[in-house]
Amino acid sequence: MLLEIKNLHANIEGKEILKGINLKVNIGEVHAIMGPNGSGKSTLAQVLAGREEYEVTKGEIIYNEKNLLELSPEDRAREGVFLAFQYPVEIPGVSNTNLLKTALNEIRKYQGQPELDAMEFLSLIKSKMKLVELDQTLVSRSVNEGFSGGEKKRNEIFQMAVLEPKLAVLDETDSGLDIDALRIVANGVNKLKSEKNAIVVVTHYQRLLNYIVPDFVHVLYKGKIVRSGDKSLALELEEKGYDWIKAPSDSVEVA
Amino acid sequence: MENTLDIKKIYLSHFADFEHSLNGGKSHPIHQLRKSAISNFSELQFPTTKEEEWKYTNISPLLKHSFEPAKRIFKDTEIKVNHYLFDKMEHSLIVFVNGFYSKELSKIKDLPRGVIIKSLADAIKEDHPIVNQHLGKYADFKNHIFTSLSSAFVQDGAFIYVPDGKVVEDPIHILFLTFAGKNKIFIQPRNLFVAGKNSQSAIIEHFASLAKDDIYFSNSVTEIVTEENAFLDHIKLQEESVQAFHIGRMDVHQERNSNFVSHLISFGADISRNDFNSRFNGEGGESMLNGLFLVEGNQLFDAHTLIDHAKPHCNSHEHYKGILTDSSRGVFNGKVIVRKDAQKTNAFQENNNIILSDNALVNTKPQLEIFADDVKCSHGATIGQLDNDAMFYLKSRGIGDDKAKAILIHAFASDVVRYIKVNPVRDYIEGILKSKFHEDQ
Repeated sequence: MLLEIKNLHANIEGKEILKGINLKVNIGEVHAIMGPNGSGKSTLAQVLAGREEYEVTKGEIIYNEKNLLELSPEDRAREGVFLAFQYPVEIPGVSNTNLLKTALNEIRKYQGQPELDAMEFLSLIKSKMKLVELDQTLVSRSVNEGFSGGEKKRNEIFQMAVLEPKLAVLDETDSGLDIDALRIVANGVNKLKSEKNAIVVVTHYQRLLNYIVPDFVHVLYKGKIVRSGDKSLALELEEKGYDWIKAPSDSVEVA
Repeated sequence: MENTLDIKKIYLSHFADFEHSLNGGKSHPIHQLRKSAISNFSELQFPTTKEEEWKYTNISPLLKHSFEPAKRIFKDTEIKVNHYLFDKMEHSLIVFVNGFYSKELSKIKDLPRGVIIKSLADAIKEDHPIVNQHLGKYADFKNHIFTSLSSAFVQDGAFIYVPDGKVVEDPIHILFLTFAGKNKIFIQPRNLFVAGKNSQSAIIEHFASLAKDDIYFSNSVTEIVTEENAFLDHIKLQEESVQAFHIGRMDVHQERNSNFVSHLISFGADISRNDFNSRFNGEGGESMLNGLFLVEGNQLFDAHTLIDHAKPHCNSHEHYKGILTDSSRGVFNGKVIVRKDAQKTNAFQENNNIILSDNALVNTKPQLEIFADDVKCSHGATIGQLDNDAMFYLKSRGIGDDKAKAILIHAFASDVVRYIKVNPVRDYIEGILKSKFHEDQ
């Protein structure tokens, strides 16, 4: 088991967003977490990455036999957790390559591997750039500064390609993308998918799952996973809409 | 105030000695400037925090010391200047040790015909007409006690003259090295740069101390004239001792269509105050003021800038940034005046500060005084901490807390440094920033 989330509760500014999440992810699997706006999808992604603003009040997360909640965000990344941000941050004055070289070498140092020199690093990123069809000028520019929405999302997947995480959480990587950009991003992810990693795709739309085919689909609603199934669940959701999920679980809550 | 009076007396008595030593130099027209400046000095009081212009900068620590005028060091060839030079730069180097020109350490390259780079003392001795025409004309000392002091002690500094139409390809590096040792000295470099019509040049004023904690007082005044359509790129780099006092002033007089770029990069002193005054005296002038200061410990850095849009169709762009840690203090006071006739003025002013500790403090005051109606002006100021979102983003990529901070601070600073066009100087400053933030580790 790569990741096990047990009865996870989390607050932001005193408001409970996650109300008991349970999830198991094995290596080699692709999981999709779907749900309407405000259901807690992004909160779950941020909690996994270690965002301090979210307070975990109950439950645990075991990752690779370690207590994930006790690790700092940087140590989580060094242990192989990667979050592709829903809203990638613009950092003027810091080049993409500088960020990636620093990050990669910090991770390698932590894992007891030798650091890459400038030449090795350059040839590595050249090969990874092709995966998401990112060109050199974008890669050498300041992190996400002035990037279009699609470029930002491709840049996230590019970073994932370079850092080679064990567990990648893609937070709404598809939102706001046109179909061409979506294909590029999904192709990139599919090429990175392997028997040595696991991917958790957080999405609002079924559309992405035509390109990244999940082994499991979970529906998050009001801070809980209310339904799990295989990829057909996503199709069912697409057909019936989220109201189909909302109605019974709301009534359960009332009762 | 007893103390201040005593200090004034000490400076006055130093002036008497200085005047005595001038011997035949007293008959020079420049001496009139010295005499009226010293009499003005004797009328003025050192400023206290009760005065608006000095509200946040308490100079009483400076007035506690009795500084001696610096003496010429004759063995200055033993001083190693290499450490302060910029790598891979072809340039003219003019070195001053404790305020005095060092012929031995200077290296003036072959210059275009008519271009002058020399010691002001020599130029005064030669009775150079450009010096007589401009010296003391722009840095008005009437209400300014430190400028009065500088003008009273006018002696040496850099004199640079680029005649009409001349382009000086290689930057001119002026290095003011201070070697105080156990003596508490004051040095008063006085500079005059005159850029002729259609000329182009780049000048670096570089203040450095040989020891990190020497106590000295540097009171420098630089007057700059850019004639019609001249282009002048100016960099002031301060690497003073953390116990030094630096009072610096620069007055720029810009004629029609001239372009002046100023970069002030300061790593502070104990107290450093930088006054920058510029005046557009003709239409179509352009000026850019870039500033960056980094202070730590108990350092205080103060920048007072005044841009006077006296004529129409001029553009000014000012951006100062500060980075403060420990218990350091920062002051930014930026004033832009747009006179009644200065229509079609574009004036942009911005001051951003990052505070990295609970005890550091910045006082920022951007001011616009607009008397014309068809202008575009903006100003703003921010004081904040490092961006949380950016910090989290870097950490989520495996970058540790200290390194993430260093990267973001460096990026904040680079936003100013990257506009420096003289690459070797930019690299030199980047190098200081890197070692300051231990980014290499």
